[in-house]
Amino acid sequence: MNALSVNHLLGIKYLTPEDIEIIFESADEFKEVLNRPIKKVPSLRDTTIVNLFYENSTRTRISFELAEKRLSADIIHFSASGSSVKKGETLLDTVNNILAMKVDMVVMRHPSAGAPVFLSKHIDASIINAGDGTHEHPTQALLDAFSIREKLGTVKGKKVAIIGDIRHSRVALSNIFCLKKLGAEVMVAGPPTLIPMFIESLGVQVEYNVRKALEWCDVANVLRIQLERQEIQYFPSLREYAMYFGINKKLLDDIGKEILIMHPGPINRGVEITSDVADSKYSIILDQVENGVAIRMAVLYLLSGRR
Amino acid sequence: MQPRIILDSKRFLLTLDRLCFQLIENHKDFNKTVLIGVQPRGIHLSDRLHARLQEVTQKSILYGIIDPTFYRDDYRTSEKQLIPKATTIKFSTANKTVVLIDDVLFSGRTIRSAMDALLDFGRPAKVELLVLVDRRFTRQLPIQPDYVGKIIDSLTSERVKVDWKHIDGTDRIWILPDKTSHP
Repeated sequence: MNALSVNHLLGIKYLTPEDIEIIFESADEFKEVLNRPIKKVPSLRDTTIVNLFYENSTRTRISFELAEKRLSADIIHFSASGSSVKKGETLLDTVNNILAMKVDMVVMRHPSAGAPVFLSKHIDASIINAGDGTHEHPTQALLDAFSIREKLGTVKGKKVAIIGDIRHSRVALSNIFCLKKLGAEVMVAGPPTLIPMFIESLGVQVEYNVRKALEWCDVANVLRIQLERQEIQYFPSLREYAMYFGINKKLLDDIGKEILIMHPGPINRGVEITSDVADSKYSIILDQVENGVAIRMAVLYLLSGRR
Repeated sequence: MQPRIILDSKRFLLTLDRLCFQLIENHKDFNKTVLIGVQPRGIHLSDRLHARLQEVTQKSILYGIIDPTFYRDDYRTSEKQLIPKATTIKFSTANKTVVLIDDVLFSGRTIRSAMDALLDFGRPAKVELLVLVDRRFTRQLPIQPDYVGKIIDSLTSERVKVDWKHIDGTDRIWILPDKTSHP
């Protein structure tokens, strides 16, 4: 137990279970910091971080920004809209120009899968993937598993169902890698059109009946229907989706068992989940958001020491 | 040079008792005094002193532990990754006298960072430092202890190791010829 095995956080795929444990243990201490009257520590006061966002984001971006500020880092924001990307500058040129101004770490979100991996082969600075296309969203998976560990004591042996738009979800893929590495049982559930072929090869069970998935699981991680990534129609209507695959209070009451409800946000209320479930006592959606800052502080802190 | 014991278990206990009575002399009933152990190794000493002080004074004494990791100046230059440990301070330190407790005082850098960490929990009236071992002439910052178990003169290359009864079976202090050797 002494150091991360990686210099970048490109995906959960590249982490060992020990790395995840180190991140969790550090996040425990950062969570304590976040509950102090003075919620700030000087650890990264000599570090400059650029938040490179080629795709829209609210939660992740604010969460990273808060984590960076709580660690006393200097930060710069970059959004693709309104930048020279519109004039045709390549990703590598943009990043090299930013790094020439002595920036130490890059937090990046990009619509193309693999963009952070590509970048890591060409630059020295530490890179943290804040979501790349439909590939991975490692900090989300870490905070999800951290929240499960916090509520249920451990992730090992727990049954987690990931429900909804699996095909377009980087959260689903990162969650599968993370939960499997920590020894959980994972099931994916949703309409057949939104479940990728051969997903069983990742060691997960597949279920097309949401009720059966809920009856099986201890934790339900409900994903948003990503209409912006759906180039063709995968189901007849949102109303039909809500009827057959949405989670509502009646369904949970019928099943009559305690299930932890999670959602990475943003929620489409009334589609994948109804308001009475999202705001119920079983929902830990806002705990996830709180833990997100602690997890991101831990990742930034641990990687900043790897230069 | 062989590893040698510089404080055996009998004198170790006497030293802990002396430190307790020195604290009682200066802090009387501990109404305005709190004890804070410094992570990672200072907490073994602070646990023992806190228990012994409560036994002698028959009073409950406020006690916390602090982890200076986030405030260190070597977190990036250090060869080892610095993994944080728990901080537990469930009271305000404002206007209190704080006794910081650590096992070995060497460069003074840990204490400097612990003091920075401490200030985030309020403005103490006074901060004192208690150490079990003061390695003289190795200081890199102007920091001196108020209470010392044992002063030793050692080379910078040597290492001082404290064994604790509840972990290692016996209370004793070793001096080892270099940083890598173990008894």
